[in-house]
Amino acid sequence: MSEKEGLSIIVKVVTRWIVGFVLLFGLYIVIFGHLTPGGGFPGGVVIAGTFVLLTLAFGKDTPLRKLNSTLASELDSTGAIIFLGIALLGLYFGSFFAENFLTKLPSSYFKLFSAGVIPWANLAIGLKVGASIFMVFIILSVTRVVGLPSGEKKMTRKPTGRRK
Amino acid sequence: MNVLPLMVALPLGMGFLIPMVSRKNRRTADVLGNLATLSLLIMSLYLFKIGNQIYFMGGWKPPLGINLVLDGLSAFFLLIVNLVAFIVTLYSVDYMEVYTSKLRYYSLFLLMLAGMNGVVLTGDIFNLFVFLEIAVISAYALVGFGTEAEELEASFKYLVLGTVSSIFILLGIGFLYSLTGTLNLADIGSKISGISAGHAFWFVVILFIFGFGLKAALVPFHAWLPDAHPSAPAPISAVLSGLLIKTLGIYPFLRIFYNIFGFPLLETRFIPQILMFLGGASMLTGALLALVQNDVKRMFAYSSVSNIGYIVIAFSLGTPLGIMAALLHTFVHATSKALLFLTAGSLEYRLETRNIKKMGGLMEKMPITGISGNIGFLSLAGIPPLAGFWSKLFIILALLDAGRLGWAIFTILVSVLTLGYYLRMNRYVFFGPLKKNLQRIKESPVFMTASMLILSLITVFLGVILIPHLRSIVLDPAVRSLINGTKYISMVMGG
Repeated sequence: MSEKEGLSIIVKVVTRWIVGFVLLFGLYIVIFGHLTPGGGFPGGVVIAGTFVLLTLAFGKDTPLRKLNSTLASELDSTGAIIFLGIALLGLYFGSFFAENFLTKLPSSYFKLFSAGVIPWANLAIGLKVGASIFMVFIILSVTRVVGLPSGEKKMTRKPTGRRK
Repeated sequence: MNVLPLMVALPLGMGFLIPMVSRKNRRTADVLGNLATLSLLIMSLYLFKIGNQIYFMGGWKPPLGINLVLDGLSAFFLLIVNLVAFIVTLYSVDYMEVYTSKLRYYSLFLLMLAGMNGVVLTGDIFNLFVFLEIAVISAYALVGFGTEAEELEASFKYLVLGTVSSIFILLGIGFLYSLTGTLNLADIGSKISGISAGHAFWFVVILFIFGFGLKAALVPFHAWLPDAHPSAPAPISAVLSGLLIKTLGIYPFLRIFYNIFGFPLLETRFIPQILMFLGGASMLTGALLALVQNDVKRMFAYSSVSNIGYIVIAFSLGTPLGIMAALLHTFVHATSKALLFLTAGSLEYRLETRNIKKMGGLMEKMPITGISGNIGFLSLAGIPPLAGFWSKLFIILALLDAGRLGWAIFTILVSVLTLGYYLRMNRYVFFGPLKKNLQRIKESPVFMTASMLILSLITVFLGVILIPHLRSIVLDPAVRSLINGTKYISMVMGG
């Protein structure tokens, strides 16, 4: 962690203290989404929030060392595919797409393992939302509009010479 | 296993799978993308065998859960969407090589396809809105895919106007929900007919005309289209003009106005006449503006505005012949306009310009592009025996049949304008003397020419859809599901 980037030492120390708790709280919201208020989406946003907090306090390199953009993109796709896979398993084991095919025992109500496929779907959504909101924030913070010598402004560049 | 949910799940899953597995080898993206669209095309053909079907997502019955509804109209639109999408992905194999990120292209393209299939299949109005947003948000990104200044500007303009239209639609859905207390299309239909249609109901109708009219680019709402469609990569222009404005603009009009609200109810307040007036304005404005364009793709974009006018005029007659003509023209315009945009992409790929004044005599240098371009022109200009002739003939016959002689003459006059701008463009691009700097131009690569040839063949032989046997499979069930009107409600709620 370079001392030059990011905000002041006070912010850095406080961030270092609370960032783990924020992450844990995000995970809690995801895992207990079917029992308490919350679920995959809000939990994923809180998880992405920890990375946003790291970026604000330490500059953009620190969170990217922990989770680079390729990995984030892959986690994003994995989350979506797991969710789709759960829905397809419903088609395979039950009779309808996205059917809740796991047994829901009345004795398990209000326990962690209840509600059939809902907790697993919440986990997939948490992964997807966390990774993609992190990606959105990173892309907003690393992309710059570059002024070319000709006075034109440009974001990224397509390779020249379109004819093969 | 039922294939109905797979029409949405397959492109969605493939859209997320492609960026994961094809980072190392970009050919994987080509293979997977084309396999996905090919299997969707096969499934959409198979759906004609099934007939009407209601599918309960997650096993929840209609008023509570989301259901997918397959009837003649859905099957017809699914065929158009997946046919053009398959040819377009085939074309992209070579064309998208000049852009940097092919796997993101396929990913966004398949998401857009999932959105369009979802809009056509769903039986829930909020679900329709969600799929519509999936399709347009992918489309915003794809319009700006080249990331040049002009493309980003067009994308931003499309984003702003598209969001405005989505807000109109969402507001309309909100009002409907407050009136009926349900979001299921069929359930809304059964409750709305019980309520004496008050001011709130007519406000919803007007909001839907604004919202879906903006998505379909009817004339007072068409400003985004001539920027967005030319700026996108050519295969995306083909999908936007050929499919997106119809599945997101025309299809919800047909479904909601015919099957949910019921046409007789709308006729009491002259809604069809308003739509007809908008359609006529689109036809004339699109054709006149297309006459003066020098940019190939911009001319085609204005031509799309004009052709949407034809479709709207035909279906707002409300007669069986009018509906048949509208659906036929939807199919014809989807294939012909996609073909024209692919041709324009082929020209741009080799010449690096879209200005028709800088082209000339290209028929001998790029024969396949030239022939497919000409087939597209002639079809949309309405020259027999190409498919465009039949659809325009049926539109004019339907207008005469409904006793609208003035509108019929107007339609014929606009067709002459259409022929005019295509002839002008043909003269500048494919005929006339070959320019000196174009001596070394070659024909486009094999996947591009192959897909143009396939689409040309389809455009030439699309007229066979009118042969009674084929017509009874493809076109008649679609027409019947609209003529039956609010029987859709009892079909969904009873099944």
